[in-house]
Amino acid sequence: MRRTLRDRIQQFLAFASLIVIFGFFSIVSPNFFNYGNVTNILFSTVVIGLLALGTTFVIITGGIDLSIGTGMALCAVISGVLIVDLGVPLPLGVLGAILFGGLIGLVNGMNVAILGLPPFIATLAMMLVAQGLALVVSNSTPIYFDQTPAYIDLSIGSLIPGTDFPNAVLILALAAVVAGVLLNRTVLGRYTYSIGSNEEATALSGIDVRRWKIIIYTLAGLFTGLAGVMISARLGSAQPATGMGYELQAIAAVVIGGTSLSGGKGSIVGTVIGALIISVLNNGLQIMSIPQEWQNVILGAVILLAVYADMARKRAR
Amino acid sequence: MRMKRIGAVAATAAVALTLAACGGTSGDAGAQGGGDQQPYIAIVSKGFQHQFWQAVQQGAEQEAQAQGARITFEGPATEADIEAQVTMLTNALARQPDAIGFAALDSRAAAPLLQQASSRDIPVIAFDSGVDSPIPLTTAATDNKAAAAEAARHMAEALGGTGKVALVVHDQTSRSGIDRRDGFVEWMQANAPGIELLQPQYGGGDQARSADITKSILAANPDVRGIYGSNEGSAIGVVRGVAESGVTGLTVVGFDSGAAQVEAIRNGTMLGAITQNPVGMGRELVDAAIKATRGEALPPVIDTGFYWYDQSNIDSPEIQAVLYQ
Repeated sequence: MRRTLRDRIQQFLAFASLIVIFGFFSIVSPNFFNYGNVTNILFSTVVIGLLALGTTFVIITGGIDLSIGTGMALCAVISGVLIVDLGVPLPLGVLGAILFGGLIGLVNGMNVAILGLPPFIATLAMMLVAQGLALVVSNSTPIYFDQTPAYIDLSIGSLIPGTDFPNAVLILALAAVVAGVLLNRTVLGRYTYSIGSNEEATALSGIDVRRWKIIIYTLAGLFTGLAGVMISARLGSAQPATGMGYELQAIAAVVIGGTSLSGGKGSIVGTVIGALIISVLNNGLQIMSIPQEWQNVILGAVILLAVYADMARKRAR
Repeated sequence: MRMKRIGAVAATAAVALTLAACGGTSGDAGAQGGGDQQPYIAIVSKGFQHQFWQAVQQGAEQEAQAQGARITFEGPATEADIEAQVTMLTNALARQPDAIGFAALDSRAAAPLLQQASSRDIPVIAFDSGVDSPIPLTTAATDNKAAAAEAARHMAEALGGTGKVALVVHDQTSRSGIDRRDGFVEWMQANAPGIELLQPQYGGGDQARSADITKSILAANPDVRGIYGSNEGSAIGVVRGVAESGVTGLTVVGFDSGAAQVEAIRNGTMLGAITQNPVGMGRELVDAAIKATRGEALPPVIDTGFYWYDQSNIDSPEIQAVLYQ
C-alpha cells in the first residue's frame, strides 16, 4: 500500500536480475534470443503466473494456499466434464470451471476465517481433497478436448492477426492487470495489506477481517480456476493426475518477486517478474543443455537468495 | 542494510550464472545446432532420475558415441508433469536438433509440437510408449501387454492355476500402467480360470505406498497366494509389504530390475520378474534417429524386447546385460 523508496528498489533489483539473466543467456546461446524462443518463455509462464497472481493476495495477508496446484487440476477436470461430457457451450463451461475454482477458494477461506484453521493445514487438506476429487470425477482418465478446437485455441490460438503469438500470454497479461488494479486501486487491496501488516489492528478499526479473508481466498480460487482452463487448453486435455508441485513453484515466483511470506508486503509487478525469472531460468538452462540435475540446483539457489534478500530487508526496518 | 540487500540480489544473479556457466562446460553442452558435422539428437524422456531412464540414457549415449552423434537427454521430475514435458519438447525444438527422440507422457497433449517438428522436417522417433500420432517415423518400445501376460503365465504356473492373486500397479492413467494391468488381467481371464483376481490397487510406483497397499491387501485377504507388482517401485514395495506383514509362502512376481528387486529374486522372496531392455531401447532409439537424419527407411515399430528372469537364469550373460542395478 505504502510505496516506499525501499520497495521500489527491491522491485527494480528483481527486474534488474531478470534483465541480467536474460542478457546472459542471449550471449551464451544463439538459440535463446529470438522471437520464437521468447514467445516460448512467455507461454511457459502462463500457468504458474496465473497461480502466482492469485496466491500473491493470500500471501500478503500472511496466509498460504497449498491447494492451488491440485485445485487447478480439479478445475481442469470440471471444465472437461462441463464442455466435453455435458456439452455445455464453451463460454459457460469456461465460466463454470473458473467459478468452481472460486468455490474451492471459498471453502479454504471459510476454513481459515471461520473455523480458524491455520492456512497451511486448511489448504494442505484441500490439496489432497482436490487431488482425489480430480481422479474421482474424471474416472482417472484424461478428458480430451479434440472435438472443441475453439477451447484449445484459448491457449495456443492467436488473436493477433498474422502472428502465432499465443492467446494464453494475452490472458496472463490481462489477468495481471486485473490483479494489479485490485491490489493497488481498490478497498480489497487495501485490506489485503492491512490484514497482513497487523490483523488485530485491522479488526479493531472496524473492518470485518473474516469476511475479507474469505473474499481473498475466493479470489485466489478464481485464478486457480482460470489456470485450470489454461493448462487444459494448452494440453488439449484435462489431466487429473497433474498439478502437484505447481503450488510450490507459484509460491517461489511470489517470493522471488519480493512478496514477504510473513505478510504485509508484496506486489503484482514483483510476482510477474518472479514468474518470468523462473521460466527464463528453466528455458535458458534447457536451451543451453545444462544437465538437468544442475537446473534444479540453480533454481533452488535463486529462491534461497531471494528469500535472503527479503529477510535482509526486514532486518533493516 | 540497503547495500546488503543489493548484494544479495546481485549474488542471486551471480550464483545462477556461475552455476550455469559451470554446467555448460561440464555437460555435453554446445547449444549450437548445426555448424558441426555431428548430427544432434534431442531426447525428451518421461523422467531422468529413475534407474530405468538412466539406463536408457546410457544406451543412447553409447550408441551416439559409436556412431559419432551428439545427444541431450532430459525428462520431467514425475510422470504427472505433462506440462513440464511439453515445455521441454518446445525448448528442444528451439535448439534446432537434427532429430527428436520422444517418450510421450500424453501424446495428444504434445500433438501441436509434433506437428511443428514435422513442418520443420525434423524427424521424430518415439520410444518407450507409442506416440498416438502419425508423425513419429518409428517407435522403439517394449510390448508391455505381452510382457505382463508373460508375468501372468509364470504366476499361474507357480500357483498351479488356482488361488487369489492381487495386483499392485503403478498407475491407472499412463499407457504402461494400463497395458501392464490389462495384459496381466486378460491373460489370467483367458487362460487361468482357477485364478481369482482382486481389484487392482494403485501405488503410484512409490515403494512406501505400494508396501502399505500390500499390507492392507494381506490384512483384508489372508488367503491371497500371489501378488504382482507392475514396475520397479511397485514390485519392491510389494516385497517390503510382504516382509513387514510377516506372511510367508506368497508368490511375488515383479517388473523391471534394480538392486533391491534382483536381491529379492536371489534370496527367494520374489519368484521372478519381467525385465525390459532399457539400454537396448536407448541404443535402438539413437540408431533409428541417425538413420532418419540420413533419410533411411525405418520399420513402423522396433520391439526392444523383454525377458523373464528368475533364480535359474539371473546370472546368464543374456539377462545380466539387460538388468540395471
